[in-house]
Amino acid sequence: MSKNRAFINFLFRISGVIAALLFTALVLLIAKANPWEAFSNIFLGAVSTPIKIADSFVAWVPLILATCGLVITFTTGLWNIGIEGQISLGAIMTTWALRLLQDSGLPPVVIILAGFLAGIAGGIVWALLAGMLKFYGGVSEIFAGLGLNFIATALTLWLIFGPWKRAGVASMSGTEPFDMSIWLPTLTGYRLSIWSLILAVVSVLIVYFILKHTVVGLRLKAVGKNYKAAIQMGISPSKYMLLSFVLCGVFAGLTGAVQVLGVYHRLIPSISSGYGFLGLLVAMLVDYQIVWAVPMALLFAALNIGGIQLPIMMKIDSTLSGVMQSSLVLFFMLMDGVRKKILKKEEEQSNE
Amino acid sequence: MNEFLTNMAGVIAAATPVVVAVIGETFSERSGVINLSANGLIVLAAMTGFAAAYLTGIVWVGLLAGFLTGAIAGLLISFSSISLKQSQVAVGFILSLLFRDLAYFLGTPFMVIPGPTVSGWAIPLLKDIPILGPLLFDQNVLVYFSYILIIASYYWIFHTRQGLVLRGVGEQPISAYSRGIDVNRQRYIYTALGSGLIGLAGPMYSLSIKAGWNGTMTGLDGIGWIVLSITIFGGWNPLRGSFGGYLFVFLQWLGLALQSYWTNVPSQVLQVAPFPLMILTLLFVNIGDTEWVTRMLATLPRGVRGAFYKLFRFLRKPPPASLGVPFERE
Repeated sequence: MSKNRAFINFLFRISGVIAALLFTALVLLIAKANPWEAFSNIFLGAVSTPIKIADSFVAWVPLILATCGLVITFTTGLWNIGIEGQISLGAIMTTWALRLLQDSGLPPVVIILAGFLAGIAGGIVWALLAGMLKFYGGVSEIFAGLGLNFIATALTLWLIFGPWKRAGVASMSGTEPFDMSIWLPTLTGYRLSIWSLILAVVSVLIVYFILKHTVVGLRLKAVGKNYKAAIQMGISPSKYMLLSFVLCGVFAGLTGAVQVLGVYHRLIPSISSGYGFLGLLVAMLVDYQIVWAVPMALLFAALNIGGIQLPIMMKIDSTLSGVMQSSLVLFFMLMDGVRKKILKKEEEQSNE
Repeated sequence: MNEFLTNMAGVIAAATPVVVAVIGETFSERSGVINLSANGLIVLAAMTGFAAAYLTGIVWVGLLAGFLTGAIAGLLISFSSISLKQSQVAVGFILSLLFRDLAYFLGTPFMVIPGPTVSGWAIPLLKDIPILGPLLFDQNVLVYFSYILIIASYYWIFHTRQGLVLRGVGEQPISAYSRGIDVNRQRYIYTALGSGLIGLAGPMYSLSIKAGWNGTMTGLDGIGWIVLSITIFGGWNPLRGSFGGYLFVFLQWLGLALQSYWTNVPSQVLQVAPFPLMILTLLFVNIGDTEWVTRMLATLPRGVRGAFYKLFRFLRKPPPASLGVPFERE
């Protein structure tokens, strides 16, 4: 019976994937493009050469870092839509630290580490702001987060066009790139840094450990699962929810720091690259299980990288990747709903 | 003075889609269903509306297409949350991203081409009223429609039997059910209609205020989130919500007007100036409900306390009690 049920669950998951692919194919047909050609271009665009595979991992690092943070806030039952702004603030603080120290004569390792620490601080401050607005101001974390996202964008633009503008003319291309000595060292010939990969893997392990093997993790879960019962158990929900925001801020800040130190080497207007929102999708898709987030984030990162080929090869917009990603999560949820409905009906029948 | 009047008439016109979308969201949330996809939906409906109007050459077809885009989205949200019991917030958020990307992907053939627009029409006689005439009655049909919508929706929600049913469904679905009301049917209908109005806001931009479709440069990304916040600010009341919409656009205009005085502030910053204000207003609206404020107020002398309670009651309008909660017959 249980084996049978696992098989049924699997069938529903697969049908969700198929539905999403069919939907995307339909969208492509409406745009008068060949779906098969588009899918194979995305696939080849992500895996055909070692450089492209490495690029998928370059995108995977910030995505899984953001997802690490979001798994924690979701565990506590919080919708941290403000993650985009937290990433931006991390990037801003990293840039600030690098600008301050780049001519100080300190060894590059120290400057890079200071950049990471500053990024973490930025992420925490912005996350804590959303948390405080929720607990001391009664503002839903969704709306506080959204507002803070827009403010973070404004702050980024102001810095790029104002105090940190490039010598000569300020432009949307961002601030002056940093000297190569304070870039995260990459594998020769690739854009991928082994250090950011290590950071991502360690982050996944830390989040897994916190949630599965510590008292704090247990309490975070208790607050998320049953708010009232948590109070009766003597756990202060607001304390743990604030902690959850802080922990998420750490990973969001790291995401921003990696974007500056390892990818763009400067501050650009869209420094978060939408990885925060994408991380929300990944977290929902894997039902907030960090272990499953690892391959799913890689799939999403590969879709992003593969999508870059679409305008070049087929003259269609690369936002198709976004359509694939969000429709995948949507159909997964719909299929999950259908599955629960059917199972419930079965149970009712067997009870009768 | 004349120039100021023209500007204010512009503010009223520019606020029209916001007001219509806020009323749409208000209807949906009053019935207990939150449509969190509004941000992507407005972008998508702006694209489908423009495309339909461009292909047929008829403006009305474009407006209808925008409304239908919204109504279909509303049905999808009701289906997933009412029939499949999935989280409204989760599905709404996914849809907001999906709709936005769909709009940018499918809208490519309609980029930067001139299309039909809604033409202005001053109402005879009314337009000659001093001040009010040029301000309110020298606009286009969409703006006049919004005036009627504001009054009609307020009257519908608070002064009709159907409005009473709608509020009951959002507040106390179980007692509504025991009075023989089909709760889920009501929710389906109001979410579809409300989301249709949110969708209508799309072509109100692409066929009038920001005519045309320019992909990511259309500048509509963000408006839906504002609409959701203003719905809260408006306390789920069409009159207060509309006031919020006008106020928001007025502040945006003020930001741009002040730009000529603050030349060293980049325009991007002034364009987002309303967002901190949005947070602040939500803060004022909600802070009276928090634990620490309640505790602090308890220590104050009775007279002062009473004044504060009155202020908070004025600011704070509680959401429909069953917002986001699926209805189960026991």
